[in-house]
Amino acid sequence: MSAPIIEVVGVSKSFGGIVANRDVSLSVAQGRITGLIGPNGSGKTTLFNSIVGYHPIDSGSIRFEGQEISRLNVQKIARLGVLRTFQQTRIFSKMNCIDNMLISVPHRDSELGDMFRPYQGALRDKAEHLLEFVGLYAKRRLVAGTLSFGQQKLLEFAMALMNEPKVLLLDEPTAGINPTLINGLIDRLKRAHSEFGITLFVIEHNMRVIMNLAEHIYCLSRGELLAEGPPEQIQNDQRVVDAYLGVH
Amino acid sequence: MWENLQILFSAPIFNVQLVLNGLMVGAVFALIGYGLALVWGVTSIKNLAQGDFVMAGGYGAYLFSKHGINPLYAILPTALVMFVLGWILYRLIVRRVIQLDLFTSLLATFGLAIVVEQALNLAFGPDVRTARSGLPEIQMLGNTVTVSWIKLVSFGLCVLLAIAMVLYMKKSRMGQAIRATAQDPRAARVLGVNTDRVYALTFSINAAICGAAGALIAMIWVIQPFYGIAYSVRAFVIVTAAGLGNLPGVILTALGLGVVEQYSGFILGAQLQQATVVTLLLVILVWRQVLLFRQRKALQ
Amino acid sequence: MTRRGLVLQLAILAAGVAAPFVFPGHTVQLAVLWMMILFAMTWDTVGGQMGYNSLGNIVFFGFGMYVCAVTQIGMVYDVAKYTAATGAIKVDLTNREYFDGLALGVVFAALAATAVAAILSRILFGLRGPYFAIGTLGAAIAAAELTASWSYVGAGSGIAMPVFPGGPGERERFFYFTFLAATVLCFLFLRWLYGTRFGLAINAIRDDEDKAEALGLHTVRYKTIAWCTSAFFLGIAGALFGNMNGFIEPLEVAYPTLTFGIFMVAMTLLGGKGTLWGPILGAVLFYAIQQVTWTYLLGWQYIALGALIIVNVVYFQQGIMGWLKDRKPKWFGVRVEAAAGDDGRGGS
Repeated sequence: MSAPIIEVVGVSKSFGGIVANRDVSLSVAQGRITGLIGPNGSGKTTLFNSIVGYHPIDSGSIRFEGQEISRLNVQKIARLGVLRTFQQTRIFSKMNCIDNMLISVPHRDSELGDMFRPYQGALRDKAEHLLEFVGLYAKRRLVAGTLSFGQQKLLEFAMALMNEPKVLLLDEPTAGINPTLINGLIDRLKRAHSEFGITLFVIEHNMRVIMNLAEHIYCLSRGELLAEGPPEQIQNDQRVVDAYLGVH
Repeated sequence: MWENLQILFSAPIFNVQLVLNGLMVGAVFALIGYGLALVWGVTSIKNLAQGDFVMAGGYGAYLFSKHGINPLYAILPTALVMFVLGWILYRLIVRRVIQLDLFTSLLATFGLAIVVEQALNLAFGPDVRTARSGLPEIQMLGNTVTVSWIKLVSFGLCVLLAIAMVLYMKKSRMGQAIRATAQDPRAARVLGVNTDRVYALTFSINAAICGAAGALIAMIWVIQPFYGIAYSVRAFVIVTAAGLGNLPGVILTALGLGVVEQYSGFILGAQLQQATVVTLLLVILVWRQVLLFRQRKALQ
Repeated sequence: MTRRGLVLQLAILAAGVAAPFVFPGHTVQLAVLWMMILFAMTWDTVGGQMGYNSLGNIVFFGFGMYVCAVTQIGMVYDVAKYTAATGAIKVDLTNREYFDGLALGVVFAALAATAVAAILSRILFGLRGPYFAIGTLGAAIAAAELTASWSYVGAGSGIAMPVFPGGPGERERFFYFTFLAATVLCFLFLRWLYGTRFGLAINAIRDDEDKAEALGLHTVRYKTIAWCTSAFFLGIAGALFGNMNGFIEPLEVAYPTLTFGIFMVAMTLLGGKGTLWGPILGAVLFYAIQQVTWTYLLGWQYIALGALIIVNVVYFQQGIMGWLKDRKPKWFGVRVEAAAGDDGRGGS
């Protein structure tokens, strides 16, 4: 197994009296596709939010490439190269697709002067290329808010690729998408992974999708880590089956 | 400024006077703050015309006393008139901005504030007015502390009104509908609550509360067309510090605000009163923001 | 830029240069018109383009005005003594002294207003939506009240500004052209700014600030610079207006929340916020209406103003440009999908 790019060690997070994550430890391997599953309310999205710095954690440690990031805020973590997509797809709905792509350029080493520069042709080419990759090239001049839900989801994915992250955290990429399109999306995720070398960390409800996609899977239940292992092993783990059926 | 501060230490009895006055005025502030929190919580409209409603109510009491009628009798009629006015304003304006973005509704009530303020100015002129209730004053602690009866009556009325409001919200059907709408308007609508009527009623009740509070202010203090904004700011101070749906918090903050203002008025002088209130608002906004910042959130 | 656009802009500029000679009796009003345009444009940078609706931008105007006044007077006299005499002291200035003082005052005013914006950004940009509007309104009221009780700058009785050295009519014309220059400069700067990455970034903050943060944008940096830009030009406008007016005081001239402060918002909304030309159009229209009707309203002006704001936000909140955009999206290069029902495959 290759070196971990994200290491989560003993992370706990509660809201008021409700414990969302309790002592969760896991690691995302560099250059792999890692899955995160669990029944509704098991704390998957909370863990994602903790990793990308959306809220402070109560205890534990989160390291990215060996650097402690649990005390950094969202922007700083994003600039390090950890990017997430949202469960409720979020795009800039009043801008057209190209502008949505251009605003997503990496801000990693952007200096003060950069904000007053126009976008060069190379960036526009890249934006168009990525829109073509997700199949939105023909819609590139449309206002993003007028796209269908599935198209918005693809646009958000393309924006994430434009940002050139090292790790991409995808929160339910297939939720709300027409089942006939899911295979195409999986294909694109895999291609993004292989062509751009982006490590993926995916929350997914659809078992068929995650078993097909991920090389290593973690399962959360009631905020705690329940099981981990390769897809075949998780699939046959009685505890995971019980958690999903609500036996716990 | 320093001399005034020294007086407070050398003659501690002044503190009693300031605190008493502060609590009496603070009780009225609590009413105004409660009204704002009610409208804010139910309709999510932040009413910048709150203080101007108060001033409008104050001029109701002033009219009574000008015609030789004890302004205490003005409280109920003023509240009723303000209720009707609130209903009309809801139908004409508020209803149309309730679904729009929050700045639009804020700006609409700001426009309303300007209209009310200027209308009062046209009708009554820019002079400072008061409504004399004719009630006597009580001397306490060897004539060093003065409490006027009207302030005590006002305090009592505030308490009564607050109890009445709480009972209405808890017990009556409409009160329950209002609380349901505040929690989840869509669910309330599904369950058959006429949310449009709830909004109208909430806005009107708030206007009536402001009317009554204004009448009291006119009796225990002074009114002037342009003082409205200060009351709006006070109401915002109270609600941002206490939060929505926190009646004990509203009462405590309002009483505290009353006392703080008395002290700042005594120490810094009356001309800095408005500056004090506004600075307090900024301090509270920043303080809440700092607390949220630790959670990496923003005040919205 | 299209040829037609260039011709239009040159025509406006030519009209601007000719106006004080065509209507010599109205030079001051025309100068204020340019100031109104500047007000609306700078308000729109933060309120329209970035979605942070400020009710307190007037702070920068007033602060600039006072900084300029103190600079001008301080160069030749003791400020505290000058203000204590409330206008009884007349200082004779040579032309050189006057214009040096004014130039330095304007520069200081712009820089000081920018600095105030940077500080206020730190304090207020954690507030969003209505809280930001209320917080900025509070800042404006506080600035006015505190200035009104600070005797060094003359407190409530204000400061009589140094007298312009020129003959009759020259003063008006001089300030008219400085206002024209400031506004044109502001327009050119903002047009350039909106065309850079910066423009797109503040639009992104308006649409979804959380998403912008999640993409790693330096949102604090953008927000601060946007407000500082507004403040820079408002500081210049304040410095010039104080001198044109000849007398400054806190409540009516420097920090008039209820006139200039709310005009900024009303004009921008009328013209359509978030567009380059909307605020300009709104300012011209609003100011024209105001000039024509104001004196005939006999005390009802402010009621009319409040009513106008209400009608504007209730019935016409997208503004003229927004309304045009809805009706003729093609004029603005906006494309919307003709038919819905696409299944997400897009153009693949």
